Amino acid sequence: MKAHEKFADDLTLYALNELAGEERLAIEQHLQTCASCRRELEMLRSDLGLLGLSSSGPQPPARSRQRLMRTIAAEPRGVSLEQPLPAPKKSWWQEVMPALAILGLVFIVMSLWRTDIRRKDEETGLVTHNQEQAAQLDHLNQELRLLTSPDAVHVSLNPQKSPRQPSGTAIFSPSQKRMMFMASNMPAVPQGKAYELWIIPTTGAPIPAGVFKPDGHGNAVMMDHTMPSGVEAKAFAITLEKEEGSDKPTSPILLMGLVS
Amino acid sequence: MEPIPQSAPARGNSADDMKLVARIRAGDQQAMSELYDRYAKVVYAVALRVLQDASAAEDVLQDIFMQLWRKPDAFDGSRGTLAAWLAVISRHRSIDRLRQRRPELNIEECMIAGGPDLQDEAERNLVVEKVRSVLAEMNPDQRRALELAYFEGLTHTEIAEKTGEPLGTIKTRIRTGLQQLRAKFAA
Repeated sequence: MKAHEKFADDLTLYALNELAGEERLAIEQHLQTCASCRRELEMLRSDLGLLGLSSSGPQPPARSRQRLMRTIAAEPRGVSLEQPLPAPKKSWWQEVMPALAILGLVFIVMSLWRTDIRRKDEETGLVTHNQEQAAQLDHLNQELRLLTSPDAVHVSLNPQKSPRQPSGTAIFSPSQKRMMFMASNMPAVPQGKAYELWIIPTTGAPIPAGVFKPDGHGNAVMMDHTMPSGVEAKAFAITLEKEEGSDKPTSPILLMGLVS
Repeated sequence: MEPIPQSAPARGNSADDMKLVARIRAGDQQAMSELYDRYAKVVYAVALRVLQDASAAEDVLQDIFMQLWRKPDAFDGSRGTLAAWLAVISRHRSIDRLRQRRPELNIEECMIAGGPDLQDEAERNLVVEKVRSVLAEMNPDQRRALELAYFEGLTHTEIAEKTGEPLGTIKTRIRTGLQQLRAKFAA
């Protein structure tokens, strides 16, 4: 009897996801080294799929289709390398960034309004001030446009190996040629070092896209970056570099995210 | 392990399915809509049969298609058929929900291989009839063991307790039941 023959019955139960404890552990260990049983497991799942097709029933309610399409339309198309099931909780900055941007806009509008009251007495100074506020407003608007752009691509960068707590997300818009990057749970960097973000183009060498140091909580945000013209990104990556940045990566990739 | 008949290879595996998945990968919502129209009934039917609750089955349906939207690469179309893959995922998700446990199987780890082409509704209907005929021809005890395991999510121990049969007998019935199904499609 070949080594894997004794797993025949259990392999079926494993395919049914109904094997637990030591039996499950034993078969998972066996599967790691037995290509024949891995292949058989895939075939068993296909058999189980056929068995499922024996079910008959009504069409799902029409509202279900509408619900799905609404949810899809509301959810930015994401690319995550290791999104657990169910969908993971968003990072703090993803939750608060739109709200912060809106608060910022409200704050600026209020500032402009108050400034307008004082303008009767400060016309000369106000011109300059308004220009600065308008520039800030435009800046925030640009960031908001990037976040809400229909073609904004979100790329999550995750550790290549465990532990996987640190994470990063790059958001870029090909049409706006702009990008931003946010990271969380990043370890503190050594003295004189910083993390560097790289755009990995479909052809050519990695392109430096800015350096950052995480705050005391391990979070970092890089906003208002311009995507190099004519570059088609296939991935984003993070390495540890000297704090002024490097022209090319000099250390192993810590986080990486592919653009599908 | 006894020689097991191999399923017929996937025919053209679902070139259309793969085109749809490629469009979904590019963020095409219309492709998602088309895929839903093609396979929602399959996913929903499995979930409804397992859960016996329309609302819960609808939730499973939503969850599975959202997972596909988020992770279109989870399905490897070069090896198996999308309909069979979705049916398996639906069954597993529904059993998880029935047992009120966290999803135990990552859809990216649910690799399948082989199986008949199922993307066309007419072909799918033929396959369904064939599966039902295999089940109808099966020894009633064997069919019962298979259905208890698949649709009711009972463990082999629970089935043995329920039927009064030895544990080994239940294991073998489930395995040989699936072998019969595969043999019919390999013929």
